[in-house]
Amino acid sequence: MAKKSSTTKAKVKYSKETYTFWYESMLLMRRFEEKAGQLYGQQKIRGFCHLYIGQEACASGAISALTKDDKWITAYRDHAHPLGLGTDPGAVMAELYGKATGASKGKGGSMHIFDKSVNFIGGHGIVGAQIPLGLGIGFAEKYKGTKNLCMCYMGDGAVRQGAFHEALNLAMLYKTPVIFVIENNGYAMGTAVRRSSNVEDLSTLGESYDMPSFAVDAMDVEAVHEAVAEAAERARKGDGPTLLEFRTYRYKGHSMSDPQKYRTREEVEEYKQRDPIEQVKKTIEDNNILTAEEIEEINKKVKKQVEDAVKFAEESPWPDGKAAFEDVYVQEDYPFIME
Amino acid sequence: MSVIQFRDAIRDAMSEEMRRDKNVFLMGEEVAEYNGAYKASQGMLDEFGPERVYDTPISELGFSGLGVGAAINGLRPIIEYMTFNFSLVAIDQIINSAAKMYAMSAGQYNVPIVFRGPTGNAGQLGAQHSSNFENWFANTPGLKVVVPSNPYDAKGLLKASIRDDDPVIFMESELMYGDKMEVPDSEYLLPIGVAEIKKKGKDVTLISFGKMMKVALEAAEEAAKDDIDVEVIDLRTVRPIDYATVIESVKKTNRCVIVEEANPLAAISSDLAFNIQRHAFDYLDAPVLRVNSMDIPLSYAPTYIEATLPNVKRTMEAIKKVTYKS
Repeated sequence: MAKKSSTTKAKVKYSKETYTFWYESMLLMRRFEEKAGQLYGQQKIRGFCHLYIGQEACASGAISALTKDDKWITAYRDHAHPLGLGTDPGAVMAELYGKATGASKGKGGSMHIFDKSVNFIGGHGIVGAQIPLGLGIGFAEKYKGTKNLCMCYMGDGAVRQGAFHEALNLAMLYKTPVIFVIENNGYAMGTAVRRSSNVEDLSTLGESYDMPSFAVDAMDVEAVHEAVAEAAERARKGDGPTLLEFRTYRYKGHSMSDPQKYRTREEVEEYKQRDPIEQVKKTIEDNNILTAEEIEEINKKVKKQVEDAVKFAEESPWPDGKAAFEDVYVQEDYPFIME
Repeated sequence: MSVIQFRDAIRDAMSEEMRRDKNVFLMGEEVAEYNGAYKASQGMLDEFGPERVYDTPISELGFSGLGVGAAINGLRPIIEYMTFNFSLVAIDQIINSAAKMYAMSAGQYNVPIVFRGPTGNAGQLGAQHSSNFENWFANTPGLKVVVPSNPYDAKGLLKASIRDDDPVIFMESELMYGDKMEVPDSEYLLPIGVAEIKKKGKDVTLISFGKMMKVALEAAEEAAKDDIDVEVIDLRTVRPIDYATVIESVKKTNRCVIVEEANPLAAISSDLAFNIQRHAFDYLDAPVLRVNSMDIPLSYAPTYIEATLPNVKRTMEAIKKVTYKS
């Protein structure tokens, strides 16, 4: 399998800019998350921390297929999507630290990154709860008469929540412009897909609602881009939602506190042979899309971005505790109970 | 002025706001073609069409989350629950999404949404259709909780709730939808968080809200026959609570009774009693008493209901106790 997916592509389908974006954005996600993992070990980052390493193509391939006016929502494995969308890595890292300069002013932490400037609407901690929210975000686009859609991510565990099924039914009923994406990395925390249901092919879950549903090799960023572009076309034509099962893999544990006793080292190594960044790098090299010097420049740029992000987070101040009373109500003079 | 029913007040408030702002829409079970399970949206589908008034499948979790998502993205949804008893399957979206979104996103995404429908008992409906969750929702920072007691308040407060930029829980009662009252024909709004003194009095402060206001007002009339002059306060909103009006009244009467339909533990009455002892301790001439539903589920038979719910008799007993006339 490793050999097959690393063979040279028959032809180059996309522009130099697109390949560059894929390589650079996925590398940024990878290096950022590797650093976050280290910093978690040093207790610079606290709480829960879920890394995206291995899953980068799920975000990067979708971002290249959509427009800047589309909306994005995901669960708590949420560092990478905003990085790909253009959020300053410093703001994401500062949020992981809990600093005042973080994307959510230190109020969210790892699981609640928000960045309105790139239409990234969180960052949600209750498994599956973001699915009806994504439905509503798409609903509002249709209501307002735009052509925009909502990209709504979830993990493979979330599809066993009632919220998933209610949202899929409502999305088809109201023909809502949403792309529901299952990032199937094989495990809901430590529970393998096969241990959570008799139905292991998650792409079939849309069928009871007559929703167009497809499985995608999400270790291949081009395949992700193509599937999302097709789904987006359906949504923008008014044909409503699509369900995409992105078959992906996370190299690290569910969160930083996961000893990973539920899977073998061989399984992890097998997926690493199909690494999304290595795959796109090979396409770039085999087809001379970028020179070796250009690739090295990107590598250096990303390295510096991550270093700068850490420096920014380190040097940023803690939020003033009193700011906890801000942003609870829009009403400015809300009478909080103080004793 | 026109005499209208409570359900008309709800409909008029929603319709006026929908005429005023195209981003306001109504969604819920049976709200469109059926004209509302309790006819609170009578005629709205005809006026606004299916792009503004949405029937849903029985998916409270799904359509509540849809509402929150739509509110995040610029709309002002009114989500109707056939009863708040059914909101429990959606409570994750109310508490974890609607109430916390503005804080979690550090002010980037607010949630201007109204969740509305009837609360509490409505006759012999059994335990699962008779709960009061006013204090549950009031416990959650980020929400506002409005519980009107009459058509005039319902209209003015619902209009204010729809215009509010924060999420509002708006709780009605099946037993009040037919209540009639004279209401101005011209537009008016009432502020959220302001209590009203329904009757001035000097001997006892009697506090209530929602449909228990009927019990409170009737008890005040009864007490007058015994020469006890009761001051009756309608909280109208239980988050935030207008503590200032309550404390000022208790400082004058030196005695307080609270009537509330919810079960007693960690109720609105508990919090009022805390605040009264904290801020009017030296003014109290008797312990604060309360009349809540008993500490049990509400069962079906009329005798069980009589034994469980707050009523005028129990309220009178409490009034007599705090005035040492029992």
